[in-house]
Amino acid sequence: MRTELNVNGEIHVVDVEPRKTLVDCLREDLRLVGAHTGCEHGVCGACTVIVDGTPVRSCLMFAVQAEGSEIVTIEGVAPAPGELSILQDAFCETHGMQCGFCTPGMILAAHALLRDNQEPTREDIVEAISGNICRCTGYDQIVEAIALAARRMRGRNMPDRVPA
Amino acid sequence: MKPAAFDYIRAESAAHASSLLLEDENGRIIAGGQTLVPMLAMRLARPSRLIDVARIQELSYIRDESERISIGATTRQVLVEKSALIHEKLPLLHKAIEWVGHPPTRARGTVGGSLANSDPAAEIALVAATLGATLRYVDETGENSVEAEDYFIGPMITALPQSACLVGADFPKWNDRFVGTGFEEVNARSSDFAFVSAASQVGFDESGKCTRAVLGIGGLGDFPFRVDVDAVKDRIGDEAALREAIAAAIEDVEPLSDLHATAEYRRRVAITLASRSILNAVREARELAHAN
Repeated sequence: MRTELNVNGEIHVVDVEPRKTLVDCLREDLRLVGAHTGCEHGVCGACTVIVDGTPVRSCLMFAVQAEGSEIVTIEGVAPAPGELSILQDAFCETHGMQCGFCTPGMILAAHALLRDNQEPTREDIVEAISGNICRCTGYDQIVEAIALAARRMRGRNMPDRVPA
Repeated sequence: MKPAAFDYIRAESAAHASSLLLEDENGRIIAGGQTLVPMLAMRLARPSRLIDVARIQELSYIRDESERISIGATTRQVLVEKSALIHEKLPLLHKAIEWVGHPPTRARGTVGGSLANSDPAAEIALVAATLGATLRYVDETGENSVEAEDYFIGPMITALPQSACLVGADFPKWNDRFVGTGFEEVNARSSDFAFVSAASQVGFDESGKCTRAVLGIGGLGDFPFRVDVDAVKDRIGDEAALREAIAAAIEDVEPLSDLHATAEYRRRVAITLASRSILNAVREARELAHAN
């Protein structure tokens, strides 16, 4: 089925079987492999992408259903090639990742949170990433990263302690 | 690709969706797909065609219609969660909705999809059963409706005819002087299926007398059901009386039993959650009365 997809601001035309999930289409047809295939039935959140402004599971959606929607993947959040978004920076800085498998999903879930809520409480952060499983970090550093990014986005993206 | 092959058709209207179902009895409607797609991935469902109703704009709405709040079938759950109208006029659904999956599934999942799927543990279905919602659908005979008490008939089974496309649900609005609600749930982890859930709504008049009370229990039996608590209306804050009435009312229910929660456990938890949800509703109504 011929399907037009708007991904990270670019229009792609793909020819997919209706049963092809959005995550498979992103990875195989568009070579955007930042969205990960974990459980492939909606439990783990590794495939999270942003569709029309909200984080969704791209394994619980067929590519044909996404026609006409604005899709943002992890490849679309950095301001320029070789740079990181404030959130990505914060994840590096607080060790908000270990193996990295859940990270794109976590970051996109957090992006959506921080767009709507500039001063999230710990509960808001936990709720926002409650659909994303991490088997390495124990979540603490992820929550810390999002809180740090929120703080920075309210001000300037500078390290907390500037060396003398 | 995990699902078996299917055709994909976008329905232009509920009547169109119904005619597509009538053509092919192995067709299925998809809206948000947050329950259906995992079933397809595991091949527990192998429809020949998926009929996408998510783009039917006129089925997405939340309306205040004097006696009731009317919600369109393809209304995303996140819209219910963020709706000021629901918060104010249908507080029980407002409380329940945050228990439905998690933010990414609520972004896609729809109110009608949850009701059509009719999982015994589904929160929206529980609220519909508790408040006595009316479910509207379109089939080849035109637009029809069915009351919640006749609608839920088994696990993932509803009274909808084969060619029916759900179009909306009407939840009665309570105009009692003070209305309190309670929603309680036990599950393995946040966002997972409820082992047991309980929903309550109570109304009080100006003098502090309980005018009516409803209670529903989900996850316990084959579908969410209402428990008659009218007999204890005059002792609505009395926990022992509540527990006794609830235990008697669910005596004949054969609870579901699985690896995570035995039948005996579910029954015990149901009595506790049900009475707790009523007590919380009572407390809330009294606080409102106190504040006025």
